[in-house]
Amino acid sequence: MERLRGGAGFAFTLCLAWLLIAFLILPLLVVIPISFTPERYLSMPEGEYSWRHYETLFTDRRWRKGIFDSTVVALGASCLAIILGTICAIGCWKLSSRLGETIRILALTPMIVPPIVHALGMYRVWVDYGLIDSYLGLILAHAMKGIPFVVISVSAVMSNFDPRLEQAARSLGAGPLTAMRLTILPNIWPGVLAGGVFAFAISWDEIVVALFLTRRAVYTLPRQIWDGIQDNISPAVAAVGVLLIFVTILAVLGKMAWDRRMAIREGRRA
Amino acid sequence: MSGIKILSASASSGLPRMDKTQFIVWTMALLPIVVLCVFYFYPLLRVLTISFTEPTLGLENYRDIFSSSAVRRVLKTTLWICTIASAVSLLFGYLLAYAIVHASTRWQSWMLLAVLLSFWVSVLIRAFAWIALLQTRGLVNETLQFMGLIDEPIRFIRNTFGVILGMVHYMIPYAVLPLMANMRTIDTRYVPAARGLGASPFGAFWRVFLPLSLPGLISASILVFIFSIGFYITPALLGGGRSTMLAEYIALQVNETLAWGQGTALASSMLFVVFAMLLALGRIVKFRNMFGAG
Repeated sequence: MERLRGGAGFAFTLCLAWLLIAFLILPLLVVIPISFTPERYLSMPEGEYSWRHYETLFTDRRWRKGIFDSTVVALGASCLAIILGTICAIGCWKLSSRLGETIRILALTPMIVPPIVHALGMYRVWVDYGLIDSYLGLILAHAMKGIPFVVISVSAVMSNFDPRLEQAARSLGAGPLTAMRLTILPNIWPGVLAGGVFAFAISWDEIVVALFLTRRAVYTLPRQIWDGIQDNISPAVAAVGVLLIFVTILAVLGKMAWDRRMAIREGRRA
Repeated sequence: MSGIKILSASASSGLPRMDKTQFIVWTMALLPIVVLCVFYFYPLLRVLTISFTEPTLGLENYRDIFSSSAVRRVLKTTLWICTIASAVSLLFGYLLAYAIVHASTRWQSWMLLAVLLSFWVSVLIRAFAWIALLQTRGLVNETLQFMGLIDEPIRFIRNTFGVILGMVHYMIPYAVLPLMANMRTIDTRYVPAARGLGASPFGAFWRVFLPLSLPGLISASILVFIFSIGFYITPALLGGGRSTMLAEYIALQVNETLAWGQGTALASSMLFVVFAMLLALGRIVKFRNMFGAG
């Protein structure tokens, strides 16, 4: 291993890897200077900086509606996905392994199907259900897309759960639901939380389904950004970009710190 | 295993309880599936049925899409853009995953941070950044002109190059995460052993490491290809209508010409290809590993 790491070949690979990372990250940073331009059009600030585009986000009616709608929809969708995904993961874990695996794969489908396909189908069915352009409609659609992520992260935590804990609770007289509530839930909540964050992020960022299912009454942030790119490229999009990237950095750092803490906890237990 | 678990759990508490417990377990596993059936699988089924029934009952839509020259052109564009974008993403992703797995612990976490950051940044913001950089009056062209390297702005986006660039940028993390999960399972003593037995550094990689990472490479390539077939936003924004890909074409069929029959026939074919690829893999790609890699 050391030999491999020390070699000139690996040094070269490492250089290429850093170049690739630069390719992944640097182009995104262009949104930072653009967001501070004093002009109304897309340009680099030349000596003069302004917060006007950030102000627009919080004062302009349409941007505010976008942020509000996205928050409502993402919160609703992630709550629904958390509930359905968690009970599905626990149920599958308790069923015989073959059958549980089959059901779990079914629940993962929304993750693999190309968005345009389910967007078409949902549009037609949502018309029948009377859900087009409603908060409930988009929440339901996004919740379906979020379920797989909750199922995955809860199942991952479940696989470390000792089934004897629940059996002990049962033999001490707890009913099936009480036993689950008192033994399983306290042990799997990190997975539930992680799945919920995934589901929230998926909904917050979703555009294809939103383009088909909403018109005016519900107008999420991605739709607003989509308009901002297509019509006349507005620097306000750059300001949104800066904020979103900032939140993403915080979330990823938080996740990494969290993983480290859990790893230390696991290490102590072992 | 877990069947025994349920039995032994309920055996101690009598027979009537067993029925109740099993009822609860079944409800928990199946209730979400029922909800998915109503709000997810039924819409998918509707796509299939529309493709056979609108405007007339039969296989006409499929006959049309296979004989239409416009569709053939879109399919050709989609196929070759997907192939190139997936191949490049896999190559870069493999290199990056290899470097991350073998780097020192401190560098490892920084590199991983960058990959995860790129993984999570909104697809719209990426497209916006590329447009701001590469449009004819964008940062790159202005800089090149200022430096006197070019006279006329270069057309980077609103063409096939722009689409491939955007797709590769988006998909590298999708290739890195499953590849990394696989590479971590490879015994770190094999490559030094091959070296000790006289293999060159490249020989040890080519004949020992690469074959061991092949399962990861296969799952990653199928995953990346599946994602690239369905790409809609990036081609729509960076392609500028010049190299229309399948997903965008379907949306156009449905929104502009209201040709639901043809649109759904294409969507169904797309779905069929995606599932066929997953089956060809022999098992569902281990999504859990992929996202657990963080």
